[in-house]
Amino acid sequence: MSEVDWIDAALTGARPQAIGALLRYFRDLDLAEEAYQDACLRALRSWPKQGPPRDAAAWLIMVGRNAAIDQVRRGARQTALPDEAALSDLDDVEAPLAERLDGAHYRDDVLRLLFICCHPDLPATQQIALALRIVSGLSVRQIARAFLVGETAMEQRITRAKARIAKADTPFETPGPIERAERLAAVMTMIYLVFNEGYSAGPAGEDERGALADEAIRLARLLLRLFAAEPEVMGLLALMLLQHARAAARFDAAGEIVLLDDQDRDLWNRRMIGEGLALIDKAIRHRRRGAYQVQAAIAALHVRAARPADTDWTQIDALYAALEQLDPSPVVTLNRAVAVSKVRGPEAALAMIAPLEARLGGYFHYFGLKGALLKQLGRAAEAGRAFDQAISLAATPAQAAHIRQHLDQLAGEGAAGR
Amino acid sequence: MLYAFLCYNDEDAVFSWSQAQDDAVMAALGKVHERLEKAGRIGPTARLMPTTAATTLRKDTDPPLVLDGPYAETKEQLLGFYVIECADLEAALDVARDLARANPGGAYEVRPVRGFSPGALAAAAPGA
Repeated sequence: MSEVDWIDAALTGARPQAIGALLRYFRDLDLAEEAYQDACLRALRSWPKQGPPRDAAAWLIMVGRNAAIDQVRRGARQTALPDEAALSDLDDVEAPLAERLDGAHYRDDVLRLLFICCHPDLPATQQIALALRIVSGLSVRQIARAFLVGETAMEQRITRAKARIAKADTPFETPGPIERAERLAAVMTMIYLVFNEGYSAGPAGEDERGALADEAIRLARLLLRLFAAEPEVMGLLALMLLQHARAAARFDAAGEIVLLDDQDRDLWNRRMIGEGLALIDKAIRHRRRGAYQVQAAIAALHVRAARPADTDWTQIDALYAALEQLDPSPVVTLNRAVAVSKVRGPEAALAMIAPLEARLGGYFHYFGLKGALLKQLGRAAEAGRAFDQAISLAATPAQAAHIRQHLDQLAGEGAAGR
Repeated sequence: MLYAFLCYNDEDAVFSWSQAQDDAVMAALGKVHERLEKAGRIGPTARLMPTTAATTLRKDTDPPLVLDGPYAETKEQLLGFYVIECADLEAALDVARDLARANPGGAYEVRPVRGFSPGALAAAAPGA
């Protein structure tokens, strides 16, 4: 790994803590961000020469804070603070600050930062944009590309989010226990939305959107460090790891979707699966069921099957039933119907999804599943109509291409039958 | 003399490595491992999952207390270990320097081993 790579990873790793602490000092997102950027520029100049500091975050906080104070003062009188080259004996200068950063401050600073980004006054789209910009440090350009909007529009979205936070009541206080739980749920939702943006994007690693899944996993690890005994955070992280583990197998060389049953299971990432399963084990001990944990348990049953035929669909059906209780939604029932079709057959699954049509009439996956079930039952004409509707609702070319395969098969079967 | 090499690094930074960066570090470490392997000096090694996957059992209470997370919150975390045969401390520090060039940041704690058993495990795939 080159020196630049190494420094880059250190800066990324230290970012949430450093910005969180700078926010504590300045109580202003823009100022904290600028101070951090300034510190990073100085790090890029100084670290290759002076060697890396022992505590990158403490170094960035101190240098960033001095730089910002310096800038504020410069307006009044021209007094420069000693530059960072003078801080060569880093251990000496760092020691008192680093001590203060231990324990409570680390937790509170990062938590405050996450809570601000997921402030209840902000719509989800702004929360996501702000978190990716401030906590993850993605550039506006990267975020804009990930969400398929123009750079200017994304810039405005972030500016608006910051303006709302500035207007919000006491946005920088760490909330009390009840509000904390609500805000934690908002942070988890934000992280999972980021993940799904990346997950639904297409072949992994191809563009900024693919990188969002990795970023979401990083954010969830950060959150779990702050809430080490919270089983739902473990469940969220496990769920994302187990889903992302399949990334390399989810698309073929042409970029088309490969369904779970057809995936090459040797391409699944064993390291992520191992970590995901370990986290589920930890979560289960708490005996506090939650929606993320149940979804992670479902994903675990899929990855535990060596072959598609080994999948424990009965257990998956039971877990979806639990999820319907915890977090009822037509999409959950739709997913349960897939398990039901495996356990009790396509007829039962079709009956299960029929009442959902009114609410899922604009949902690609509804018609994709309906078509597939009808096709299994040999009702080709109805299947064809459902697939046509699915194609008209497809959000990505990969989705449309997948349904077209079904239609081609139907056409093939029809021709063979004639 | 056998030495344990306890690998400490900032997990925030390590888990910010891209796959390509991770692969590059592993490839560089692989060369060091290979030399030691050829010399028949390297014993068990392990790379650990992040501390978020850790659970700690405190046995100073009765019954023991099970806690989520690592034993101690530290700025750099225990992320792996080696057991390596070295002639003396200087030789062990040479190995640590070689490893450090391949994998910058953090620290190696070099600790002489008091008792050693190779155990009964064959090499296992992570997560298996």
